[in-house]
Formats: sequence, structure tokens, C-alpha cells
Amino acid sequence: MNGKTNSHSAAKEGEPVSRDQLDFEPTGLEIRNLTITYQTENGPLDTVRDVSLDIAPGEIYGLVGESGSGKTTLARAVVRYLADNGHVKRGSVLLDGIDLLRMGRSEMRRVWGSRITMVHQDPFRSVNPAMTVGDQIAEMARIHMGMNRAESRKRAVDMLSWVRMSDPATVARRYAHQLSGGQLQRVLIAIALTTNPHLLIMDEPTTALDVTTEAVILDLVRDLLSEYQTAVLYITHNLGVVARLCDRVGVIYAGEMMEQGPVQKVFKQMLHPYTLGLLGSVPRVDVKKRDIVLNTIPGYIPQPDSLPSGCVFAPRCLGAEQECRRARPPLVEAIEQSGHWTACRRWQALRESSRDFAQSQGKREYREPTTEEIVLDARRVKKYFPVSRVRLWDLLRGRRPLVRAVDDISIRISQGFTMGIVGESGCGKTTFARCIAGLEKATAGEILLQQRRLHPSVSRRPVEQLKKIQMVFQNPDASLNPQVSVGDCVARPLALLGHLSRRQIQERVEQLFEAVNLPRDYIDRLPHELSGGEKQRVAIARAFATNPALMICDEPISSLDVSVQASLMNTLMQLQDTKGTSYLFISHDLAAVRHLSNWIAVIYLGRLWEIGSAVDVFRPPQHPYTEALLSALPIPDPDARQNRIRLHGDVPSSVNIPSGCRFHPRCPRKIGPVCEQEEPPWHDDGHYHRICCHIPLQQLAEMQAGEGR
Amino acid sequence: MVIYLLRRIGFILLTLFLASIIIFAATQLLPGDVAQVMLGKFATEQALANLREELGLDRPAYVQYFEWLGRFVTGDWGNSMVSRQPVRPLVAARLRNSAMLAVVALVFYVPLGILFGVIAALNREKPLDQIIAGFSMAFVGLPEFVTGLLLISAFAFGLAVLPANSSIAPGTSFLKAFPSLILPAITVSLTGLGYITRMTRASTIDVLNTEYARAADLKGLPRRRVLSRHVLRNSLLPTVTVIAMGIGYLIGGLIIAESVFGYPGLGRLIVYGIQRRDVILVQACSMVVVMAYSLSNLIADILYSILNPRIRYR
Repeated sequence: MNGKTNSHSAAKEGEPVSRDQLDFEPTGLEIRNLTITYQTENGPLDTVRDVSLDIAPGEIYGLVGESGSGKTTLARAVVRYLADNGHVKRGSVLLDGIDLLRMGRSEMRRVWGSRITMVHQDPFRSVNPAMTVGDQIAEMARIHMGMNRAESRKRAVDMLSWVRMSDPATVARRYAHQLSGGQLQRVLIAIALTTNPHLLIMDEPTTALDVTTEAVILDLVRDLLSEYQTAVLYITHNLGVVARLCDRVGVIYAGEMMEQGPVQKVFKQMLHPYTLGLLGSVPRVDVKKRDIVLNTIPGYIPQPDSLPSGCVFAPRCLGAEQECRRARPPLVEAIEQSGHWTACRRWQALRESSRDFAQSQGKREYREPTTEEIVLDARRVKKYFPVSRVRLWDLLRGRRPLVRAVDDISIRISQGFTMGIVGESGCGKTTFARCIAGLEKATAGEILLQQRRLHPSVSRRPVEQLKKIQMVFQNPDASLNPQVSVGDCVARPLALLGHLSRRQIQERVEQLFEAVNLPRDYIDRLPHELSGGEKQRVAIARAFATNPALMICDEPISSLDVSVQASLMNTLMQLQDTKGTSYLFISHDLAAVRHLSNWIAVIYLGRLWEIGSAVDVFRPPQHPYTEALLSALPIPDPDARQNRIRLHGDVPSSVNIPSGCRFHPRCPRKIGPVCEQEEPPWHDDGHYHRICCHIPLQQLAEMQAGEGR
Repeated sequence: MVIYLLRRIGFILLTLFLASIIIFAATQLLPGDVAQVMLGKFATEQALANLREELGLDRPAYVQYFEWLGRFVTGDWGNSMVSRQPVRPLVAARLRNSAMLAVVALVFYVPLGILFGVIAALNREKPLDQIIAGFSMAFVGLPEFVTGLLLISAFAFGLAVLPANSSIAPGTSFLKAFPSLILPAITVSLTGLGYITRMTRASTIDVLNTEYARAADLKGLPRRRVLSRHVLRNSLLPTVTVIAMGIGYLIGGLIIAESVFGYPGLGRLIVYGIQRRDVILVQACSMVVVMAYSLSNLIADILYSILNPRIRYR
């Protein structure tokens, strides 16, 4: 095995590495019956069991699973980079017919980077902060392709332009902190493709990115890889990404393969209840809103030390039979020669019943509330921050630049309604929510709660008003005191803000736990004894303790697995139905916002661009920004037709806000100088649907309808 | 970066100003009367009053302070109250000695500390790591007079290769002084060695666990390159700060080690000045020590900003 024989010849112009450099034909990756064991305090645990999969050269294989399913462990085992206490117990990993598991450490080091490369999840943490990104690409060329310093530098710039980085020569001299997440992810892809590897492993490469950036990166991966003969193992939890990008898909659960096959076949006809459950728990923008109940998968993923004796999914499977719990079903090819495999012994029954996936989601009787009482009326709210890092130049000119995080946003929420706020990260949606909660003092504007003016600062608001606005944050670990039992945590606002006896508080806590579907015996537990979803339920229970009129949910489900997200969304809706609370729901996940919201506000660079009912915002005429956000969203259906509208570049800084329409530098529908010079007018489409754009609504609708959705 | 450095320099000037106030106030609080000490027990009231007036001791404290500060800044550090000689040459000579000792100690313990720290980090939780941890703990904990005396008995009396007494004459050249510097340098190094080892170990382990260090491994780079370019480049940043703190300590804080070896450094000069109520001398020495601390911190800040692109490109 010699990974370096392909190193010394020069590459052709334009294409980083020509294919004739390969020492022999790549035959792809074959994983056979792989079982991975970790040594733990409780003895050895098999975390991945008997997994087999093949990836042909040029094929993108999506490996889907929730956290704890073993997908990252599998990838680590393939590259022989397991933690010290892990090892492969059985099986083989063949790359181009050679068993990687038989290789020594130093041989593997030559395979790494030349035959196998990886793109990691978090671009911000995967790039060395003390080295220019150009050098980090160049060192691949120097080590693996024997280039000298000058050649490798040039190669780095070539690779950057290959991944469509604008101004590659400048970017090559930059450090990680000077680049955006999307740019850094391009750098990582450039690093990974420099040596024309036979296997590329991408581990959740777009999870940390905005949906608009994700779309651009997914397009890039798809386009670039069509020119390579690289086998790609793409790990993700997002079925939408799989549908958009992958050729084949494998669904892994509790360390075992549940279903596997070509994307077209699997998405059309799911033959495993787990896959069905996963898909059913994802809200979709292209399926009817709000009046479906999302599927949830009851229970939890089993730990490797307490696996059921039968099918690993049986304890959570609604259709499990006696036989399912008795013996572990093998992975079988459902229809001969179809390449579609399932580990469910009831797949034939599933095939009959699951024709339409929407049927698997329950219907919900939902009527919009009829009251017209305005709960929240935020008028022309602004929040400016002084810039934290002052530049000498500004200082000398006596300027103190401002970050205009929220720049004139007005919204109203009626009682019992949900207002969803969407926008890319850095658009000001969280700052806006914090202004309403009083956690940031708004620079200007008025905030009225039930017709009463709120003081900008939370510390100056009377207790009665504090009770009426509650907030749920993204990270429950940070918002729950680790030393205090979750019951006390929920009891605290009751004790502080109400006049209740000890017994009454206890009763209320029990009621609240019941309302958020937490078992009563959880009351005395500490936060670390709960899962992420359960902790978020505690946070919700705490927020509801004071019977708020307005709940601000700032990305409350974003850090959770999809099936957990679904059950939390169901809980939030249920609570709204019974208590009539209004929600301000902030998320970058458009599908979740659409699912939960009656009204949606679209924010970009601190300003509102479109506001309307969830139905109206999601269909033409739309603001071009809304249109781009929607078009970027990966839909878990390989046949979904979406216009390919992409936003290039990054959100400009809120210090130097573009003139005219703030969106013009990135607007795919820009009509001319008017966009750069004049602030766009508001158009009213009726039903309180309003759009702020220079393009007349009629014209927008025609453009957008013409391209067909 | 310019702003960053200007801010650091401004901060240091402020530190020096505050330190000068504290030093002046502290020396005013020294028990005893300078005039009395200088003239002896049997001086007449008139003689004491004359001397106080001559020294300016009868004026308000803030006037004395600003006069002293003004003279100090312009280089006139005053005459010793005991010997009536200018203190500046005396302090300068001692500073030179202290600096020589500091250089030898730094050259000895910084590379060694980094080396041990990295070795410990690479063998984390293994016997080698535990041995290094044990030694560095012992080094930090052992008092200098114990290690100093042990070294003297081993190398000066036992092997008889190095001098036991390091009391070098003023103006001795570095090369000539070198043999006398070795034992005190090793003695004062041990504490710093322990600190640097543990600091380097901790930060290297942190960096080894980062995504980018793993990514560098999986790029198939040679292990040595992963360590030098990707790991140490980042993990030595906190160590730079620890080294700077060490320099200040080496210049002014070596009272015990200097006494054990009879080495004429700044630390002993301060003790001498305090014992004789020589306010002028103590003030001058203290200011020099504060300046040494500040300067080494400034150098550390500059070095840090050069090594850390997040500060360099701001």
C-alpha cells in the first residue's frame, strides 16, 4: 500500500488533480459486518453492530440517524480514528479492495489526507486559528503531492477558486476569524478535495450553517463531486439534505442499520417504521400547515448496555408484534434487485399502509382563535449597540460607529396567536426578542403589552408585567441551574411572583409537569439526570408557571433531535390551545416556524421585509428574500420541485448597512439603480400581508409563479 | 493591533502611576523616624529638626510625593539616606546582577518546562505524565532555602565543582560570573519550571482535544508537523503570559535565594534598605521592580499579539 505514488506529476490547469494520477482504479468503499466496541466502566459495549454498506466511486451515500445512533462512531472507525477505548471487534473496511483495518498506524497516516479526507461539522472549530487558511490547504499539497512551497501556495489559491471562493488570492492569506462560516466550510472542502481522495467523509458539514449558506454549500458539493470519482459518506440528521444531495441512503438506529437503498426508492416507499417516524416528525413547508400533529417516536434510543432482545426499535414501534420482540430481524432486500433493504419483518404490511406519508401524521382540529385582543404591540423598536472593536481610523475621525442590530421593527400579536420570526443568523431576531423581554434596553420605540407600556428594562418593570412575559431559550443547560432540582426550578417563579402557600406551589408544579408531559417523579431530579428534550420541557413548564400572556421562544428546539423537536412542538401547540397564550417564536428553521405560526415576520439586517399570515408568506407574491430562504430549505422529498434561488455572499455587517434597499447586494431579483438608491416602499396584498420591495406585487407574483414551485 | 498596543501601554503607565503612589505611601508608613535612624539615639531635637527640613520631611506628604515623582521620572533618584550616595548607580548595578541571574534561569527553565509539559500532555494519564506531575508539584512546593542548601551541599561541598558563595563583585562580567550563577539559577528555576510544565500540559491537552488538531491528524500530516504547526502554535499562547510573570519575580522577588547564596541582587538590596529605614533606596528599588514587571508584561503582550492572529488583525 503506497498512498504517495500518485504524488509527483503535475496537474492540469483548471482541474486540481487529474484522474490519471491515480495509481489504480478506485473501486469504492465496502464496509462488511462492522461491529465497534467501547470499553466502559460497565464492561465492553457494542455501540455499532453488524453494519454493512457499500459506496461506489462517484456516489454520495447519506447516513442518517439521530444523536447516539452511532453514525459518527462508524465514520471514525472507517478512518481508524476511534477514541482510545474503542476498537473494531468484527468486520472489515475495504477501500479500493484493501482492508484498512489491517493497516498500521503509520500506514494509515499516509492514507489520511491522500486517500481519505474528511469535512467536519463545525467549520469554526475545524480550522486552525493561528495559521492562514491558504497554508492549511497548501500543506496538503506539500505533504501528499510533494509540491514545493511556491507550487503548493498556487495550488491553494487554485483550490479556493475551484470551490468558487470569490477573491481566492486574498482569502488564502486570511485567518479563520476573518472568514464567515460559509467561507470556512468552503476552505474545508477545498482542503478535502486537494488530493483527489477516493473516499470523502462529510460529518454534518452544514449543520452549523444558515439555511441559505447550507443551500449554496450543498449545491457546491453536488456540482464539484460530479466531476470526481470520489465515494462520499455523508453523515447527517437531516432527511431534507439527503433528499437533495444523496444517491443512496442508510438509516441507522441504536447502532444498527434499519433501512438502506436508493434515495428515490426509500423516500417514495419507506419500509421501516423508524424511517417513517423520522420523516413524519419533520414539519414540511410544502404540506398543509398547523392542522397536522407531528409524528413523534415515543420513548428513547436504547443504550448499548440495555438493548432489547428482539428488534432494537420494537420498544418504540407502534406496530411491534410479539415476534418483533423475540428475535432480531435481519436486514433483507425487500424486492429483489431493487437495492432497497429493510430490517423490519413487517415491511410488507408497511408497504400497504404507508402509501401516503402525510397519512401517518395525525390530523388536528385547529381553529384560529377569534379574539381580537392585541397582546403585544411593538412599535418601531430599535436597538443600537456601540461597536466593541474600535478601529484607529474611526477614532481619529471622532466617529463611534454603531451596530444597528434592530432598526425599526413593528409587530403585533393577538391573543392566542403565534408570530414566527425568521431570518439568517445575525439578522437581529434574537435582539428584537430580548428587547421585548426587557433583557436589552431598546434604544427607541414603544412596547405595549395588553395596551400597557412596558419599561425598556426588565428590572424596572412591575411584577405583574414580568409574570406576563416569559421566555424559553435555546440551550436548556444554560438556563437551568445545575444544582437545583427541576421541580424547585419550576417552583421558583411561583414563589417569587405569586402569593401561594407551599402546598399550592407543590400542586401547581405537579400540574405544570403534567402539562408538559413530564412524569411526576421527575420533580426531584437534577437537570443533568434529564435528556435535552426533557430539560427543555422543564424550561417550558417554568415559563408557564406564571400563566404568561406572551411566551418568547428563542430557537427552543434547534439543538434537539428531530423526533424530540416534533414532540416539543406538539406540546407547545397543545399548551397554546388550552391556555390561549400568544407566542413569539424565533427560529432559523422555516419549516418549524411555518408549522407553529399563524403569522410570520421576515427580518433581514435589523428590519422587517415581509409580514403576513403563514399561508401568504409561503406563497407568491413573496419578498425576494423570503423566496430565497424558502428555496434554500431542503425538503425531505427527492421529487420536490424548488426554484434554485441562492443568496451569495454573507449578510453584511450591521455597522455598514447598504444604501437604498438593504437587501440589494444579495438580491437575486434586483431591478436596477433604484434598489441601491431608494428605500423600498411597503405594498399591501390584503389580509394584512405586506411586502417591502421596489418590485410591484403583481410583477413579483408573476416572476415567482412563472418559474413554478 | 495598534490600538491594542496603545491601550496596553496606556494601561502600563497607569499601573506605574498607581504603583508609585502605593510605594510612596508604604514607605511613609515604615515605622521609625529616618532622621532619628540617621543621627543616632543621642541627637538633639534641633539637629533632628534641621535634618528633617534638609530632607524635606516636614512638608505635606503630597508635595513630597510629586516632588519625588518628578525627580524620579527625570532620572534623579535621590541620595541614600544612610550612605548619602546617589542610589541610582547602586540600584543599577544590582539590577544588572538580577538580570543576569534571570537570564540564566529563564534559559534553563523555560525550554525545559515547555518540553516537560508537552511530554506530559502527549502521555496524559500514563506513568510518564504522573512522574512529571509529581516532580513539578514537588518543585513548586519546596522552599528555595531547602533546594538551595541541597544544591550547595551536593555541587559545592560534595562534588566541589561550583562555588557555594555567589557574592560576585560589582561589575563582574557575565562570563566570569557564570559559574556563580548556576546554582542560584537552578534553585530559583524549580518553581518556575513547575508552573510552566503544568501550564503547558494543560493548554496542550486542551488544544490536542480541539477539532482542528484532530482535523490536522486526519489530513495525514506527519505527527511532528501536527504538533509544531497546529498544536504548539496555539497551546503555547498562555505559557507566554506565565513566562512574563516569572521575569518580574526573578528581578525583584528572590530574597531568600539571594540570601542563601549571598548573591548581590535587587531583592537583598530592598531588604537592606528596609532594615535601615532608607526610604529613598526602598522607593527606587520598588519602582525598578514594578517597571520590570510592567515591561515584561508588555513584551508578553506584544509577543502574544504577534503569535495570535485574532489580535494581530483587529
